[in-house]
Amino acid sequence: MTQRASKRQVHLGAHFPGVNNTTVWRDPRAGSQVDFSSFEHLARTAERGLMDFFFLAEGLRLREQRGRIHDLDVVGRPDTLTVLNSLASVTTHLGLAGTINATFNEAAEVARQFASLDHLSGGRAAWNVVTSSDAFTGENFRRGGYLAHADRYVRAREVLDVAREFWDSWAPDALVADPATGVFARGITEVEHHGAQFDVRGPGLLPRSPQGHPVLFQAGDSDAGREFGATYADAIFTMHGTLEAGVRFTADMRARAVRNGRSGDELKILPGATFVLGDTLEEAKENAREIRFLQVGPEQAVAFLEQVWGRDLTGFDPSGPLPAFEPEVTSDIAQGRTRMTKDPRETARTWRELAAANGWTARELVVEVTGRQQFVGTPEQVAAEIDEYVQADACDGFILVPHLTPAGLDEFVEKVVPLLQERGSYRTEYAGQTLRDHLGLQHPHAVPSVRATA
Amino acid sequence: MSTQIGVTIGVELDAAGRHPAAWRLPGARPAELFTAAHWRRLAETVDAADLDLLVVPDSFRLGSSDDRDQRGRLDAVAVTANLAPLTRRTGLVPVVTTTHTEPFHTQKAVATLDFTSRGRAGWQVEVSTTPAEADLFGRKAAAAPEVLWREAAETVEVVRRLWDSWEDDAVVKDLATGRFVDRDKLHYVDFAGENFSVKGPSITPRSPQGQPLVIVPVRDEPSLAVAAAHADVARLEAHDVPTATRWAAGLEGTVLLDVEVLLRRDASEAQDVAAHLDELSPGHGPRALRHVGTPASLVELLRDLPQGVGGAVLVPLDLPATLDLVASDVVPHLGREPFTGRTLRDRFGLPRPASRYAVEATR
Repeated sequence: MTQRASKRQVHLGAHFPGVNNTTVWRDPRAGSQVDFSSFEHLARTAERGLMDFFFLAEGLRLREQRGRIHDLDVVGRPDTLTVLNSLASVTTHLGLAGTINATFNEAAEVARQFASLDHLSGGRAAWNVVTSSDAFTGENFRRGGYLAHADRYVRAREVLDVAREFWDSWAPDALVADPATGVFARGITEVEHHGAQFDVRGPGLLPRSPQGHPVLFQAGDSDAGREFGATYADAIFTMHGTLEAGVRFTADMRARAVRNGRSGDELKILPGATFVLGDTLEEAKENAREIRFLQVGPEQAVAFLEQVWGRDLTGFDPSGPLPAFEPEVTSDIAQGRTRMTKDPRETARTWRELAAANGWTARELVVEVTGRQQFVGTPEQVAAEIDEYVQADACDGFILVPHLTPAGLDEFVEKVVPLLQERGSYRTEYAGQTLRDHLGLQHPHAVPSVRATA
Repeated sequence: MSTQIGVTIGVELDAAGRHPAAWRLPGARPAELFTAAHWRRLAETVDAADLDLLVVPDSFRLGSSDDRDQRGRLDAVAVTANLAPLTRRTGLVPVVTTTHTEPFHTQKAVATLDFTSRGRAGWQVEVSTTPAEADLFGRKAAAAPEVLWREAAETVEVVRRLWDSWEDDAVVKDLATGRFVDRDKLHYVDFAGENFSVKGPSITPRSPQGQPLVIVPVRDEPSLAVAAAHADVARLEAHDVPTATRWAAGLEGTVLLDVEVLLRRDASEAQDVAAHLDELSPGHGPRALRHVGTPASLVELLRDLPQGVGGAVLVPLDLPATLDLVASDVVPHLGREPFTGRTLRDRFGLPRPASRYAVEATR
């Protein structure tokens, strides 16, 4: 028992498989990605599996390809915070994490929105802070408010600094609410911030929320992104395909946190991960292959190649070899997502060699190169592998990205979670009520305020 | 579709009530005002009484600077979204202001509330007039109501266009061509107005009602003009019946009268409570017609609404006491038939509109 108790604990989040190219809409079991029943199903499943949180991404403009709305992947999603607030009343312990873009939101407003979610959920809110420098998305907003790429983290730091001032602007005991003395609230300070991005002044509009600050998530693998995350975030979303890469990344992030005056353990490292289960390894591999070919139909393969080749490939047959001609080096064919590669001709050369060596068609090549980290195997194998990553400190756990909406997590919770519990690596009941409790994070006011040093 | 028969009754619920001293009354549970449990208790009463609307007010004002007054406010979309899975019948209407909030965010939030409430969402338009609110954003100075309501009208226009920007059958899931959506059924709104431009389409597919219900408060000439041009439902914040009647004459669609209420079974007790509240926190006069009295006298008022007015939005000065009496002793005496429809638009006899872009396409 002693040994069990000392094992590093696996943290799991549930990513709602809404809009992305890993979601399989062609499967007859695929349901709506917008009806509330889908969100409720996944959230209840995650809570049944004692997961730390439910995670919802955000979109602010529909993606385009060749100047037209991309029509092959799942498109259309609801408002992140509204869904999370509705989920708050059908769950009791599950953390509720949402991406909200700091570029297209004002600090005072977004701070109040997350404080509201934290109040209404009893301390279960998390904000995945992202920034954009994207004029394309900016066209949907009042100021067309986009940024020079270099200013993204300048903006993000300032948004968070101001948000934290608002979250702290009511003293911990400001809400007195004592009818006997007649004092409702006192000790509300005014935020006064004058910076490059914001000039704001005024009181926070809410008492301090149960978690003090919502949990902060961050993703972004550039040096600036890592530094920002190590300074501000409680948890880092990442993508690292191998155990070794994960160990390197996690060590780097913990070291950065320490350089910023924090404990390395305060930072939870949570890669996104897909999984495919089977009764045998062979069955799981066959299931995984079927899923990949459902995700990458002939049309998706051509669309993907268009993003790399930078040109219209109408009529191209993906069941044959890759295009023989060279990619355009400068192109903006795909809008609303990052271009795949900085040097498309080099990429094309590598892929042609790869396809030739393996005898792959263009579509098969795309299937291979677009694959993400996956746990493929029997429930025993997947549980063992997840545990291995966490025990090796390649990460603190995973954000599971199922490929089916909304039932894609059911099998994992039924089959893998009990095996993680048997290994002593996973909780058998929620120990606390708040997301900070689940993640083992301190209340922000129990630690000295962190300041950017960069 | 099944229309509500009888007078329309909504309520606007503000924490412990509209009166800033209401939190001090017995039964107010002031320490819980910012919890989900507080709102859940209120919403269960409203839903069980089959009231037509539950409006949650909002603004970026802290309100009073007096330590003794109720202050602070949860985001109204957050509150209504939290209540959506807990209620089955009543329409849920957050106030969302237009002066500082992005129209794109507003439209997707309300459309999403329509999804999570399964077709019971509305939106009450409001403007932010004060310098304090402007300072919280630091983007622009405070402006006069005429200016702000003109911007609000633009916001309603672009929000409605964005709600239409996905045709109902845009999602095709066509196995033969590999297309998830038919992009010819997704539309750029390409709105360019005096205050902002928005490209579109919305990120959110068309919601169950197609267009959630748009409510506009009427308190002056600028807001009256916006209500006349853009509202499905208008709320008259009139201080007297002649004013309400004059405003109602200029409006089509459903017109509701705002009535601030404080009810007790005994009329003199109600008067005493109201006087006590004004003593605790003076200087908060009525913002609309005010009725302090018994359930029976409120029933009389509601049976005898001014010409052109189809119902009322009751704004309890204190909660939960007044709301409980509205549910138990007022609604049962109004002769309302139980509502058997499904959506909020059904309650108001409003058809589900076709997307304007679908209509254009078939012309």
